Amino acid sequence: MPQDPTDRRVVVTGPPRRARRSSGYYRPRTEIDEQTTLGHTYVRSLMRIQLRTGLTVFAVLALLIGPLPLVFAAAPDARRLEWAVLGFGLYPPLVLLARWYVRRAERNERDFVRLVEDR
Amino acid sequence: MNTAYAVTAVALVAVATVLVGAFGLRISRTTSDFYVASRTVGPRLNAAAVSGEYLSAASFLGIAGLVLVQGPDMLWYPVGYTAGYLVLLLFVAAPLRRSGAYTLPDFAEARLSSHAVRRLAGALVVGVGWLYLLPQLQGAGLTLTVLTGAPDWLGAVIVAVVVTVIVAAGGMRSITFVQAFQYWLKLTALLVPALFLVLAWQSDGAPSHAFDEPAEFREQRVVRVDDTVDLRLTAPLTVTVDGTVDGREHAGTEVGLTAGTHRIDGGTRLTFAEGAEVPAAAHGADDALSPSRAESRAERPLYATYGLILATFFGTMGLPHVVVRFYTSPHGVAARRTTVAVLGLIGAFYLLPPVYGALGRLYAPDLTLTGDADAAVLLLPGRMIGGTGGDLLGALVAGGAFAAFLSTASGLTMAVAGVLTQDVLPSRGVRHFRLGTVLAMAVPMAASLLVGGLPVADAVGLAFAVSASSFCPLLVLGIWWRRLTPPGAAAGMLIGGGSAFLAVTATMAGYPGAGPWHALLAWPALWSVPLGFLTMVLVSLATPGRVPPGTAGVLARFHLPEELRTEVSA
Repeated sequence: MPQDPTDRRVVVTGPPRRARRSSGYYRPRTEIDEQTTLGHTYVRSLMRIQLRTGLTVFAVLALLIGPLPLVFAAAPDARRLEWAVLGFGLYPPLVLLARWYVRRAERNERDFVRLVEDR
Repeated sequence: MNTAYAVTAVALVAVATVLVGAFGLRISRTTSDFYVASRTVGPRLNAAAVSGEYLSAASFLGIAGLVLVQGPDMLWYPVGYTAGYLVLLLFVAAPLRRSGAYTLPDFAEARLSSHAVRRLAGALVVGVGWLYLLPQLQGAGLTLTVLTGAPDWLGAVIVAVVVTVIVAAGGMRSITFVQAFQYWLKLTALLVPALFLVLAWQSDGAPSHAFDEPAEFREQRVVRVDDTVDLRLTAPLTVTVDGTVDGREHAGTEVGLTAGTHRIDGGTRLTFAEGAEVPAAAHGADDALSPSRAESRAERPLYATYGLILATFFGTMGLPHVVVRFYTSPHGVAARRTTVAVLGLIGAFYLLPPVYGALGRLYAPDLTLTGDADAAVLLLPGRMIGGTGGDLLGALVAGGAFAAFLSTASGLTMAVAGVLTQDVLPSRGVRHFRLGTVLAMAVPMAASLLVGGLPVADAVGLAFAVSASSFCPLLVLGIWWRRLTPPGAAAGMLIGGGSAFLAVTATMAGYPGAGPWHALLAWPALWSVPLGFLTMVLVSLATPGRVPPGTAGVLARFHLPEELRTEVSA
């Protein structure tokens, strides 16, 4: 929460973008800029959620790719399947996973900015 | 193949590359432009440039050749090359850009504030870069030999000269345009002929036994074996031989060959009947562009497939020419979006080599015998379409192949020259960068002339394995783990990367001939990547006092969105 409500009123009436940049007096921002323990806790929470997002998508990738060599080795007659999956089938899921990750990572960052800018 | 068309195409590509580079040079004014294109390259241009740089000779020619010889298992290579970018995106892309470093050594120093680690990372970058440059130069030589019969050093020299001129003259801004241009050139050069080839296949009645194992001859075919080769037969085979097989001369007689290995002398002509199984060439076939040694399916255990997957998935993020490109993005969010676009672009490209591989199994199975499998992409248009049309399409493919050598080689030269300029040569500045460029290219050039016919093919696989077991732990732990220490990072890079390097070198020298040890050493990623991570973690935990004091601030800089950073708004 802002320390001085009247100050905050003034800032909000200005053009929104500039207001955000000049608002350096709210606590979380200051804590991060001055690298206090609390500031580090904020950064840590961002890192943790981003790492979790990355690991989630990576787990999906591992589950998708990992069993495939076993499947192909277990079914040596399924040559056409192997051609189709490795030649064409895997690329769309890879791109979709990437887009899903970017959307989530950017949302995490937006949420974090909203948190520390206290909006 | 019509030599005149092919030479014209290769010359056109070289000239166009220099011209696009010169166009970039005109707008490359400042030193910042020179090194990082002033960090203003938007996602779309940058993504095309990253892809153009990444799709090397191994992708353009090597994958189709490998698939032709060894079947669909080899399609794990393009899948791994692509998925490597997904792993890079998940753990590295945005923080790496936000770190504000230009090269991997810069990153090491920014994160660990240690000059020793920086120097070690620099040595590894130069080593990996040179390893990766070598096959590009050799591939260029091979291509020019196949196309025109020119001596095989000529192609390497042409690539080396053109690349040195562009990089030294224009720097990063110029290279960005060149790379982006070459991505689209490479895509066109594979896509257009592929469309015609598929049409020709359709009008041929769409035979589909390309997917069967093993490949067969679909008509009677005479194969002339130029270099002495060992053939491995899985079943008895009857061929008409005109020449020497297993030391006995035959003059056009039918010979029944038993299952096993047979030596065919150079200059022998073999006539295979329709439907005969295509024998595989044993070790010794020239596979200069293949990212791995030619191994038959039988001796490729499941383990090797997983080793390959691990090396490509984790090796991509540490390749020096890949990493440098991320610093040209304006901010972390753009770096992420660039990576997604790259995934789309290279994924689209990799749909094409399997088509060539499959068609090659139908229409050019004899290439497996003569050891020219890498030339399959170059030769297919002439084989399947023929006439002027085939010649023109063949010339287009040849031009694309040269674009592949030029773009990857220039990206690698840029990265290696960057490290040499900053860490080896005395002072900074554009003139020293130019000196660094010449040095960066001269060493692999000399090596490629000296090593000549040795199987340097494995250099690409080696580069991936070394990068996966040294730079990958450094980047991932450096970005996500606050307790990493300089001794830990150095030990991890040395032990992980060093053991991968030694293992593959031992295999190339032919140390353990066969068996499980061979696979273990030929595909080291499966144990060397965990080893690198483990060493880095354990040594870091053992030296808790050496955690750099500014770690928390550095990590905040890596992870905080740009709009929250005070120094960025300035």
